[in-house]
Amino acid sequence: MSDRPVLPELPTLPTDAPPSEPARQLGHFRPRLLLHEDHDLCPGCGEPLAIRTLLEVIDEMGEAENTIGVVGIGCYTAFTSTMDVDLVQALHGRAPSVATGAKRMRPETIVFTLQGDGDMVNEGLQEVLHTAARGESVTCVMLNNGVFGETGGHMTATTVLGQRTKNSLEGRDAGYHGYPILIADLLAPLGGTAYAARGSVHDAPAVGRTKNMLRRALETQRRGDGFSFVEILTMCPTGWFVPTAEGPGYLNSVLGAVHATGELRNAERLVTTAELLQAAKDDAGRREEPLS
Amino acid sequence: MSTVEARGTITIAVERCKGCELCIPACPPRVLRMSADHNETGYAYPELLPGCTGCGACLLVCPDFCFEVYQYETPILHEVGAIGDLGGPES
Repeated sequence: MSDRPVLPELPTLPTDAPPSEPARQLGHFRPRLLLHEDHDLCPGCGEPLAIRTLLEVIDEMGEAENTIGVVGIGCYTAFTSTMDVDLVQALHGRAPSVATGAKRMRPETIVFTLQGDGDMVNEGLQEVLHTAARGESVTCVMLNNGVFGETGGHMTATTVLGQRTKNSLEGRDAGYHGYPILIADLLAPLGGTAYAARGSVHDAPAVGRTKNMLRRALETQRRGDGFSFVEILTMCPTGWFVPTAEGPGYLNSVLGAVHATGELRNAERLVTTAELLQAAKDDAGRREEPLS
Repeated sequence: MSTVEARGTITIAVERCKGCELCIPACPPRVLRMSADHNETGYAYPELLPGCTGCGACLLVCPDFCFEVYQYETPILHEVGAIGDLGGPES
């Protein structure tokens, strides 16, 4: 028996209708640019969080009627029927090239791609590298969960060492499977890249930081400064074999320990993922030091 | 009787919830808990306890768009029983 006091049973409050008292509505179920809330993605998926954030940024920038999205192949493709912006469905990994064509024909529009790590890094790595190197004024958004979620949770090129997937059940082994590709590190130093950042959706503050990154990326495109890229780490508890509630912690501690979050390129300022990891380590070390 | 101040509240789309529990640790004042009941799809869903601040963290982390967030113009007091009896501060 625990000797901790038993807290009284707290009453739950009704939450099936808006409050009758005077109140200001701060948030709606769905962003304005999503036609309805239903989708078939697994419980605990991180992709709807990233898509909500992206749609909110487009709406807040007043570009809803002036945006063309190019969507790759992945679980997020389920949202193509409900996202209320003009969309083109591209073949596996080819979204940056399709976006290049859309932007060149309609230079006054905002053009973004929505791709996953399997789509961008495995299936179409050269497309995004060349688009960045050419300095195309498009924004590529990559949802990185380290697995091919849609086809059953297999290993991708961004799967981190030790991560369990359907075809690395003992964990990814560098000797057998090779090393993960840090795509943002490849894109950030290219001359055509004006903005590159890596965000995450593992908790509410991280979602807020990711939203700022998406806004800076789209503003970079609107100014015509060059290629912009935002990688967003998302949960895939189904693909990782973890309970949904442990998804955000796993994302932050396993994927986040390799794919560190932060801005890698902003105009001339260039930072590597290794430097972001070291800065996070220094920061954690400082916090553990006793206050003098 | 003790009272708890609520600066905000939420509405929850129970039937759409897939029971992932991401909102439970995301709530800064910890006023969400999972239900003992299940919705029509068979998932447990979050329930609201007194003390919501209307911060909107639940909305930001919900993959299934289950939350709407409101902030009261004047905070509301909820009676919650005798917390003072357990040695906590009387309110």
